[in-house]
Amino acid sequence: MIISEKKPVEEVVGFLKDSKKIIITGCSLCATTCKTGGEDEIIEMKKLLENEGKEVLATKVLDPSCNYLKTRKDLKKLKKEIKEADAILSLACGDGVQTVAKVAKVPVYPGTNTMFIGEIERVGKYEEACKACGECQLGWSGGICPITKCPKGLINGPCGGAKDKKCEVDSDNDCAWIKIYEKLKEEDKLDNIKEIKPPRNFRKELHPSKLNLR
Amino acid sequence: MSLLKKTLEREEFAITAEMAPPKGTDFSHLLDCARKIKGKVHGVNVTDFQSSVMRVSSLATCKILKEEGLEPVLQITGRDRNRIAIQGELLSAGVFEIENVLALTGDHSVVGDHPESRAVYDLDSVGILQTITTLNGGKDMSGNDLKGTPEFFMGACVTPEYDPMDLQILKMEKKVQAGARYFQTQAIYDIETMKEFKEKSKHIDAKVLAGIIPLKSAGMAKFMSKNVPGINVPDEIIERMKNADDKVEEGIKIAAECIKELREENLCDGVHIMAIGAEENIPKILEEAELLTAEGVS
Repeated sequence: MIISEKKPVEEVVGFLKDSKKIIITGCSLCATTCKTGGEDEIIEMKKLLENEGKEVLATKVLDPSCNYLKTRKDLKKLKKEIKEADAILSLACGDGVQTVAKVAKVPVYPGTNTMFIGEIERVGKYEEACKACGECQLGWSGGICPITKCPKGLINGPCGGAKDKKCEVDSDNDCAWIKIYEKLKEEDKLDNIKEIKPPRNFRKELHPSKLNLR
Repeated sequence: MSLLKKTLEREEFAITAEMAPPKGTDFSHLLDCARKIKGKVHGVNVTDFQSSVMRVSSLATCKILKEEGLEPVLQITGRDRNRIAIQGELLSAGVFEIENVLALTGDHSVVGDHPESRAVYDLDSVGILQTITTLNGGKDMSGNDLKGTPEFFMGACVTPEYDPMDLQILKMEKKVQAGARYFQTQAIYDIETMKEFKEKSKHIDAKVLAGIIPLKSAGMAKFMSKNVPGINVPDEIIERMKNADDKVEEGIKIAAECIKELREENLCDGVHIMAIGAEENIPKILEEAELLTAEGVS
């Protein structure tokens, strides 16, 4: 799941200070689950902008906002409104905002901050779980990601920084490497971490990444 | 050949002292301290932006100490440099004929004085050691030939006061596999921990220098015990510091006693003294630990 949070209202209003007529779009997937860009949040944003003296011409939960072809199709149905609009406010993640911006010929602004790829522990509580490194390590690490869960992304064991099994960067976090060790010990798979892992290949993280499976 | 290497290979008790480069360009205090320990230690271990605090680099400080006639140990972490910069820094150390390197992962930048900076960690401590081995072999990490090859004696760190200790031992094994020939430990105050560590690491073919931090007050002891990873100061030592009239003197005494005990029990191959800015006290510690000889180290 792409985890997002709402941007501060002042920042959003700031983006739209020269825009009178607005269209609000959201996303049916991650942003709906995160309660940042679903139907409810769009209605809430509409009221807020109307209180600021704006005119909201249309709203649409895109399904999902990051799907280029679907977004293009859905926005075509709003052709008339878009032509009239000064701006689109997208409550999707950064990916969804860019897809809308690619399709629509009016300025598009983000209403959320995209935080990370993470797990929904419960509504409103999320934890980063994957850094999309392009060479998944989970096969040897007991299902705990050393790249994400260790702030240093260490692949050859822990640093010396853990205190009471907690991370030196944030004492609320367990040391990922102690967790990996304990899990592998339990599974009798400590051999997985005895061999030296060579330095990572950061070419896999060159941006912008592209994947073409066709 | 590196004096530190020679000393350890001769199975003599090695002494290294840690020094932190200054924040700013004034080297006078560091040079004062260096002159007081010259000839009394086998190596001066210079920290690499210790605790992620910006200061003069380890390399420049090592060069200055070498010019003063001390034997420097270049510390290098993976926090601030990618593999290009790490290899370049190491080659530069080779140019200055610095012969000892200690590889560390490095404290995270968020704990330092520039917490907004981007931490690198292109290589971890094991990766840095592998890189040094590769450079020693006349190649860079991409397999290109070097014109002129450095020859480094490699060290690394280990934290005996760690739960689970076995995990530190596992990483220690990997560091040896990557080329580490000696280890310095986090500061030791509890002999029992070192006994357990010695037992658990006896199969590892590398020398161990026990870390010593002389205490300056009971508050410092309590603070380190509570906040510094890998440091545990037993209550009786905190109590001793509390009751002492001259705290610094007592700290020196405790450090010397610890060194003597470690040595008598054969728990280490040397000591690494981290005096944290009070390096002028190192000769006193060595004297009380009966490690100071009239002829000096050679």
